Amino acid sequence: MAANLRTVVGQNIASRARALLQGSSISDLQCLTTQRRSYLSHVASHETRLLAKYGGRNTVTLMTGDGVGPELLSHVQEIFRFAGAPIDFEVVEINASTNTPEDMENALLSVRRNGVALKGNIETKFDDPSFKSMNVALRTQLGLFASIVKCKSIPGLNMRHNDVDCILIRENTEGEYRQLEHENVSGVVESLKIITAKKSKKIARFAFDYAVQNNRKKVTAIHKANIMKLGDGLFLESCREVAKDYPNIEFNDLIIDNASMQMVSRPSQFDVLCMPNLYGNILSNIAAGLVGGSGVAAGSNLGDDYAVFESGTRNSGRTLKGKNIANPTGYLLAGCDMLEYLGHNQHAEMIRESVMTVLSDKQIRTPDMGGSATTLDVVKAIIDDVKPKTLAWKSISEHGAYLQ
Amino acid sequence: MKALPFVYHGARCFHLDQKNHQAAVAAPVSRPAGRHTATLVPGDGVGPELMGGVREVFKAAGAPVDFEEMFISEVSPNTSADLDTVVESFRRNKVGLKGILTTPTTFKGGVLQTLNMKIRRELDLFANVVCVRSLPGFQTRHNNLDFIIIREQTEGEYSALEHESVPGVIECLKIVTEENSMRIAKFAFDYAMRHNRKKVTAVHKANIMKLGDGLFMRCCEEVSKLYPKIEFETMIIDNCCMQLVSNPYQFDVMVMPNLYGNIVDNLAAGLVGGAGVVPGESYSSSVAVFEQGARHAFAEAVGKDIANPTATLLTSCNMLRHMHLEHHARVIEDTVLKVVKGGKIRTKDMGGHSSTSDFISEVIYCLP
Repeated sequence: MAANLRTVVGQNIASRARALLQGSSISDLQCLTTQRRSYLSHVASHETRLLAKYGGRNTVTLMTGDGVGPELLSHVQEIFRFAGAPIDFEVVEINASTNTPEDMENALLSVRRNGVALKGNIETKFDDPSFKSMNVALRTQLGLFASIVKCKSIPGLNMRHNDVDCILIRENTEGEYRQLEHENVSGVVESLKIITAKKSKKIARFAFDYAVQNNRKKVTAIHKANIMKLGDGLFLESCREVAKDYPNIEFNDLIIDNASMQMVSRPSQFDVLCMPNLYGNILSNIAAGLVGGSGVAAGSNLGDDYAVFESGTRNSGRTLKGKNIANPTGYLLAGCDMLEYLGHNQHAEMIRESVMTVLSDKQIRTPDMGGSATTLDVVKAIIDDVKPKTLAWKSISEHGAYLQ
Repeated sequence: MKALPFVYHGARCFHLDQKNHQAAVAAPVSRPAGRHTATLVPGDGVGPELMGGVREVFKAAGAPVDFEEMFISEVSPNTSADLDTVVESFRRNKVGLKGILTTPTTFKGGVLQTLNMKIRRELDLFANVVCVRSLPGFQTRHNNLDFIIIREQTEGEYSALEHESVPGVIECLKIVTEENSMRIAKFAFDYAMRHNRKKVTAVHKANIMKLGDGLFMRCCEEVSKLYPKIEFETMIIDNCCMQLVSNPYQFDVMVMPNLYGNIVDNLAAGLVGGAGVVPGESYSSSVAVFEQGARHAFAEAVGKDIANPTATLLTSCNMLRHMHLEHHARVIEDTVLKVVKGGKIRTKDMGGHSSTSDFISEVIYCLP
């Protein structure tokens, strides 16, 4: 008994000492604890009353969007159901045709109620200047300051580069997207790009926190400070300042044009990228193209209170609508990210694994990935792969995460 | 009283977001192949008999649920399991079926909190839902009732804070916090959204307890702003009780603090046939515990085989539904309702002469 006790006490002390030794600088820890609460740690974010989670089941807003959004999201729902993911969807029909303020307000309220949304992309008519982008409005009104796009090569998919594994983190609310444009004199249009120290620091901190949490080694800031010395200069300066708090993470910066070239020639050098709005948009599309195009990449938009998950490249796929050839991978992976954000890690892992099995091993692929299968073929294959896994559900749940 | 056509539209209450699902998926309801585990606390009184019935029905219907049975009781502490073990089991399985635990009314010193309260507090089961629904084919004073009562069940009068300030004067503290009030209000509205309900009624006594119940009412009002599609109204508890017995059709979803909820739960259960027919459920953010709607252990009927298993069976169907076993839930629920509607096999409280085991075997016989 006494010996037992001693070993227990001893272990305690040893583990504490280890934790102390491992913990890097104190400032590092501090900023983690203050920042983490808001968006990173699952456990902490669940304690807020923002999520509609009761009895282990989450209600999640599903915004259908335009183009292939509705069909692909219905496939996501179906696969979730077969996987037994504890998610209830509140479907909100929102697309380019429902652009009245009430529809918008409705969608916003729904996200505010549920805290989390899965979203198809809403088309923005660029030929109509009075049409404000609803995607941008959603992001700004919900304070979704960070966009994350994960680009990782899918094994077995023969692309030009097979070693892409980077996280693109993009400031989502300011920069070129403030929609402040005016014509001073006729023929001269000023479009304002706004960079603030506050938001730049916030996104930089987010990127570094993300790197720490996901065992990443390097953060690269992307900018054009050689031309926009003040605006992008401020962004770069903010990143540099934040980098000092994270001595364990390597930091460097690259100019956007060079970064684009590097991305297509030697993408393996990138780890975590931290970017202002427009550069982020362009570079995430390039990176998504490297790993298989718009149907493959998943994206998430995180704010202090809310999270919206969508496809990585944010296009609606209008031309593919109704043809049963769109690639469901992107939305499915976005759905998995959402499950992980909500703490349902086992379900996320299971679905992701099945997606990868179908794409890499069974080689059932839609035309955009060089295959000849239809969307439904892929979905069916994934469901067939998911089904037997729920057989062992009991043993998984016994050994899996204890308290979600 | 309005003469309503006799149509069974109670499914609204039980079949969750069916509409949403059907919009996306035309295929029949999936039958997951895996087995699930749920905690089972049989409870006092007739609980063990009824739970035995549930097990039999589950077995006959092939519901893939394994029960982890734990006996816990306040009145027979010798055979009772440890509270921590039970709580741990609920946490691990995230789903459980629970009978009613009897609470002695006499105080012999020691802790004021009852076992029920301890379990709720430990698991943070803050919301209790009671589905009040008339059973088709079973005539009561009011027919075609269908409303939901949502009760905050962690604070309020149940704080177990009582003391004797000076001899002969006892203070019993009722605690209302903004956090818990917001939480239960949000729960009520979320529940209404998910089940396609139209109206939420907050029940309070803010005219007397201006601060305490006032806070509760204010929180409900604030939350209601996020749900423009759902009508919101407030009602004072005494008026609410009167309305319930005179015109209960006006209610849809009701949300209220702890003690009012307790009283109204039982009152409403009485409207549709008593403690034996009303299912209920309790939620925390990560655990769901399914128990009867009206809490009555019915200890005087132990061993007599006369208790009504309808409530327990309907509760267990709700549990199956919560576990994504929609198919099995529907099969069992339809069968139970069919047996009740048939009217041949009814227990004493429903005006029949059949026994508990007759009812159970009839349900098993009628299973498709």
